[in-house]
Amino acid sequence: MRRVAVIGIGMTKWGELWEKSLRDIFVEAALLAIDDAGVDKIEAMYVGCMTGGLFTGQEHLASVLADYLGVGHIPSVRLESACASGGLAFRHGFIDVASGMHDIVLVGGVEKMTDVSGDEATYALATAADQEYEVYSGVTFPGLYAMMAMDHMNKYGTTREQLAKVAVKNHKNGSKNPLAQFPGKISVEDVINSVMVADPLRILDCSPITDGSACAVLCPLDDAKKYAKGKPIVEVTGTGHATDTIALHARKDLCYLTSTELAAKEAYKMAGKGPKDLDLVEVHDCFTIAEIMVTEALGLVEKGKGGKALDDGLTEFGGKMPVNVSGGLKSKGHPVGATGVAQIYEIVKQLRGDAGERQVKGAKVGMTQNMGGSGGSTVCHILEVK
Amino acid sequence: MVGIVGYGANLPRYRIKVEEIAKIWGADAESYKKGLMVYQKSVPAPDQDVISMSVEAARNALKRAGGINPKDIGAIYIGSESHPYAVKPSGTVVAEAIGATPEIHCADFEFACKAGSEGMFVAYGLVKAGLVKYAFGIGADTSQGAPGDALEYTASAGAAAFIFGNEKTVADVLYTYSFMTDTPDFWRREYAHYPRHAGRFTGEPAYFKHVVGCGKAIMEMAKMKASDFKYAVFHQPNGKFPMRASKMLGFSKEQIEPGLLVPWLGNTYSGSSPMGLTAILDVAKPGDKILMVSYGSGSGSDGFIFETTKRITEVQGLAPKTRWLLDENQVYIDYGTYAKFRGKIRKAE
Amino acid sequence: MSLPSYWREIPQRYRLEASCCTKCGATYFPPRVVCSGCGCRQFETVNLPETGKLVTYTIIHVAPSRFVDQVPYAVGIVEFDGGTRAMMQVVDVSEDKIKIGMPVRIEFRKLYSDGEAGVICYGYKAVPA
Repeated sequence: MRRVAVIGIGMTKWGELWEKSLRDIFVEAALLAIDDAGVDKIEAMYVGCMTGGLFTGQEHLASVLADYLGVGHIPSVRLESACASGGLAFRHGFIDVASGMHDIVLVGGVEKMTDVSGDEATYALATAADQEYEVYSGVTFPGLYAMMAMDHMNKYGTTREQLAKVAVKNHKNGSKNPLAQFPGKISVEDVINSVMVADPLRILDCSPITDGSACAVLCPLDDAKKYAKGKPIVEVTGTGHATDTIALHARKDLCYLTSTELAAKEAYKMAGKGPKDLDLVEVHDCFTIAEIMVTEALGLVEKGKGGKALDDGLTEFGGKMPVNVSGGLKSKGHPVGATGVAQIYEIVKQLRGDAGERQVKGAKVGMTQNMGGSGGSTVCHILEVK
Repeated sequence: MVGIVGYGANLPRYRIKVEEIAKIWGADAESYKKGLMVYQKSVPAPDQDVISMSVEAARNALKRAGGINPKDIGAIYIGSESHPYAVKPSGTVVAEAIGATPEIHCADFEFACKAGSEGMFVAYGLVKAGLVKYAFGIGADTSQGAPGDALEYTASAGAAAFIFGNEKTVADVLYTYSFMTDTPDFWRREYAHYPRHAGRFTGEPAYFKHVVGCGKAIMEMAKMKASDFKYAVFHQPNGKFPMRASKMLGFSKEQIEPGLLVPWLGNTYSGSSPMGLTAILDVAKPGDKILMVSYGSGSGSDGFIFETTKRITEVQGLAPKTRWLLDENQVYIDYGTYAKFRGKIRKAE
Repeated sequence: MSLPSYWREIPQRYRLEASCCTKCGATYFPPRVVCSGCGCRQFETVNLPETGKLVTYTIIHVAPSRFVDQVPYAVGIVEFDGGTRAMMQVVDVSEDKIKIGMPVRIEFRKLYSDGEAGVICYGYKAVPA
């Protein structure tokens, strides 16, 4: 396998983008990435999008997006793994270059969620759960994570305040991110007093509905200098991907993310790194409890101690293991298929030393963890700066 | 002998008191309680209907039926005034839920409050004729009382299920008798949301004529008098009517009390006398003779004389008893919750 | 609401039919074709028991449109006697009385109906035992 570098990244401002269609949003981010890479053509593209069909009535995105990007007749693939669609697209773009199939590959993620009513959006998101054995009974996505939270709180004594601290931290980080949907800061009281969605999760425990896109350009590491233009070269040194049962009730441990543990293991092994070697991590905080469980599954903290880590400040911007310095899904937003690639965007920015106010000093090794549904799939990547 | 092989009941946990309803309509609760001899009624939760309650009652009946194979049930008849569908029998869902399909006959019955006893009569008849091994007769209702009307104080929800068969019976059927005339005392037209009734006309020319007429005739046929029975249960639209009818037929308070559920349950319409029968079977001893006379407006009465067998005491504890369902775990609700549960609040299209 | 897919799941929804691996005894609900434990493809049908305990739950306050009238309602995971689990609503109990570990019984209830004129969908719910 060849070694692979990320030579370009691009991301739009995320939010309710009424004037922009799904195509507009994707093309805008893709062009930013292509210009950042300084390439004049791409040879293949991989795009993650959870459901262009249910949100906009448009499938066959492989064709639509290649067409609108004006890249000619190149092979284009649309990948789906619910909220891990973006991470999955990045992985397969990586595999394409690593295998020697193509030299310049665009990867991206996009989701346009605001063209439908709140109710239709809820229905579309619920297709990431087990339709007949979870959704049929009236459970919602927040409901699934709420049940995982109840189990975690019951087993390990994780508190309501610790959950809130995840949201507070991520908003504090997001306030420094000009592309974030909700950069405003919030307090623990704000979270605990916000509207109840599914006990114990309140609205400020939940990531929002967002329109947005993020893209990156990959090439073989050996060619990266051609395009670097003095920018630090970032290499993808590890990739990992694992699945788990679709339904929460079929999992062995209701509050442990096995797919994340296994995907991370694969990425760590490939990169020859462990949790202690990471300088920062971008994780999938679709709900505050998710970040807590992910830190455990990634091995950043001991199992059951994810809540305590918030009290200790371990994952704060200035802490020993900064998590979600971009603002995470909570503050940055969560256009489902785009999130995985936005995580890459942040890590690349940080490893290039280009993250402005959000810069983690001396960041050399970063990790992304992108998860689908209630943990039915996870894709992890490790990136390092050369 | 052909008789009941298994029996079971089901009723909701929610209750509303007469005072709570009277408060809304500015009525005198005490006079309603005295006049009707009803103090509260059961209210089905939004996820309960005739089908769901019939499934639970049928499952309880199977628990008491000595391990019969559901696939041997050859017919299922559910009688109700509030079948969830106008076209698609409640019986198909219940039969599927208990694993009795596909070799089974099914039809839904209606005849106001005697639809349940009709189902029992036909189920019994089919087994007696030797056409099927076992047959279900079920009476269940979640009927509506029009807001502010007298019937709103009593229209409630419940289900009673009986399996008829030829062997290992808990109560044999000794006699049956049906008494029916065309009497317009209470009816509901298709598409009308609530039933209508003819006020005081529902008493003597309707309820009493048929209940007492049927009771007298079946006792004559059996050459039995009231003192030959251990228990009697009559259709219970309120507490007063069955008390008076039983007196007219010579029964004592002690004989009808075990089966008189209406003061705390309300009128479960097609479940009314059938549920009373389950409460009696819960306490009966072997050799007890039981008279049951149902009543359905329109009008008619089905009479049954049962005699319990040795097996009755072996099965009583195998499923929840009706008095236990009635008196334990009650949850009282207010009128607003009741109106929401019963779909009486008009919502946006 | 897809009628064919509703009808297809009736054995599970009405009778809690599960599949038991003939090689290793693992029981799956809903039934499976391949045992994810031992890879065996031979199963026998079993009916899950009527009782179990609640292993986790939540109270839904923001519900999908079909369930909006029932808010707030409890949904949880029940572990049946024997170890198989399933997700379902928990009803006939007030919020403050629901506890992880509480014994429950399975009852046949209405899940929802497709408006005033559509099909009525039934299934299983947990009630306090």
